[in-house]
Amino acid sequence: MCLGVPGRVLSREQEDGLLMGRVDFGGVSRKVCLEHVQDVALGDYVLVHVGFALSLIDAQEARKIFELLRELDQLGELQPERDP
Amino acid sequence: MRRLEPDESRRLAEHWANEIARTTTRPWKIMEVCGGQTQTIVKFGLDQLLPSQIELLHGPGCPVCVTPLEMIDRALAIARARDVIFCSFGDMLRVPGSDGDLLGLKAQGADIRVLYSPLDALSIARQNPERRVVFFAIGFETTAPANAIAIQQARQRGLGNFSALCSHVLVPPAMLAILQDPEQCVQAFLGPGHVCSVMGLSEYEPIAAQFSVPIVVTGFEPLDLLEGVCLAVQHLEAGRSGVDNQYARVVQAEGNLASQRLLASVFEVCDRKWRGIGLLPRSGLQLRDEYSAHDALKVFEVGDLTSDEPAECISGQILRGLKKPSDCPAFGERCTPESPLGATMVSSEGACAAYHAYGRVPVARLARGAGGVQ
Repeated sequence: MCLGVPGRVLSREQEDGLLMGRVDFGGVSRKVCLEHVQDVALGDYVLVHVGFALSLIDAQEARKIFELLRELDQLGELQPERDP
Repeated sequence: MRRLEPDESRRLAEHWANEIARTTTRPWKIMEVCGGQTQTIVKFGLDQLLPSQIELLHGPGCPVCVTPLEMIDRALAIARARDVIFCSFGDMLRVPGSDGDLLGLKAQGADIRVLYSPLDALSIARQNPERRVVFFAIGFETTAPANAIAIQQARQRGLGNFSALCSHVLVPPAMLAILQDPEQCVQAFLGPGHVCSVMGLSEYEPIAAQFSVPIVVTGFEPLDLLEGVCLAVQHLEAGRSGVDNQYARVVQAEGNLASQRLLASVFEVCDRKWRGIGLLPRSGLQLRDEYSAHDALKVFEVGDLTSDEPAECISGQILRGLKKPSDCPAFGERCTPESPLGATMVSSEGACAAYHAYGRVPVARLARGAGGVQ
């Protein structure tokens, strides 16, 4: 019920006094209320719940997982090879 | 934004599982308070990847489940009125009231519509000026801003035929109630990531301090949950309490300030009954007096309608972490998703419904089935 879905902002426009925009969810786009993420720019990722953007997704934080993967790769290289 | 490849996900899952196993030296009980997290844990069997000393407890994290029986009965009473278009999130349609559910009422001809967004109810109200349009505004703090903006817009646009049946609930008071229970056994919480994206972290600091528990705000992907558990175990093992944020890509420490301001202007905190648990003080949101004309409880005068729940259901103990769904003698027999007895079975994100959907049948019952004994 409380799940938010990340999507990429394709457009932003005022509609009846609210900031709205189309957001792409992996190929499907929907109209979303962007009123509470006023700083959003086209191409930014937002977390959307019931047609309402709750927050901007921090791209730098999102990339940390790939840094961890790189670290794991390096650790793997440091580990001694197993005997066959 | 690049997505993880399957083998990358697997390597990360192994990494977190190994870290948890390496860190754990004694038994710990960790509770999540988000139905989405419960569903991910059970669906992916994350609890089964953990050392046997780590027990995950499934708290009152599904707003559909904890919506009180009497609120469903009020919804049914309103939706029966001939001039009403009753709008709801799809999750609420199969939740049983004392006498049937909204889906059954729809089948009998009531005009009940499933919405993607509460803002859609405004268009329906504008297109149907001769009808009364009622939106069933349920949910935790995650859903409250979207519902609040629809209600605020209805007032600003003069949509006199729109009202909301509000049954919002708040997460921190439920965590407090669990920790204040003399029987309670929760040692750490995974905090609800999307609730915190709205409300921030500050409400959780005093709870962590008062009860000396770690609270790790956590996301919803399987890897988020494993990392959240790992952080919780690291804090527990080190004797640390306080609030940590696993989900920093979405959750800012201060939350969404615009949403918090809107919530404060549309709603006020109220006492609220929780299905399976009972009355929790200051645990809900109701419309402020300025919004009385859009408050379905007042417009339809259903506020006095009260209902009691079936006695056999143990969902109250499950929601407090004292029992598991598999401890219930009615589970899967007298209580199923098609015919639920109580809170934790009424929605797919309830702990009992998740156990049922993913085949977590009690061991004793499996053995009995294998022996052919009915």
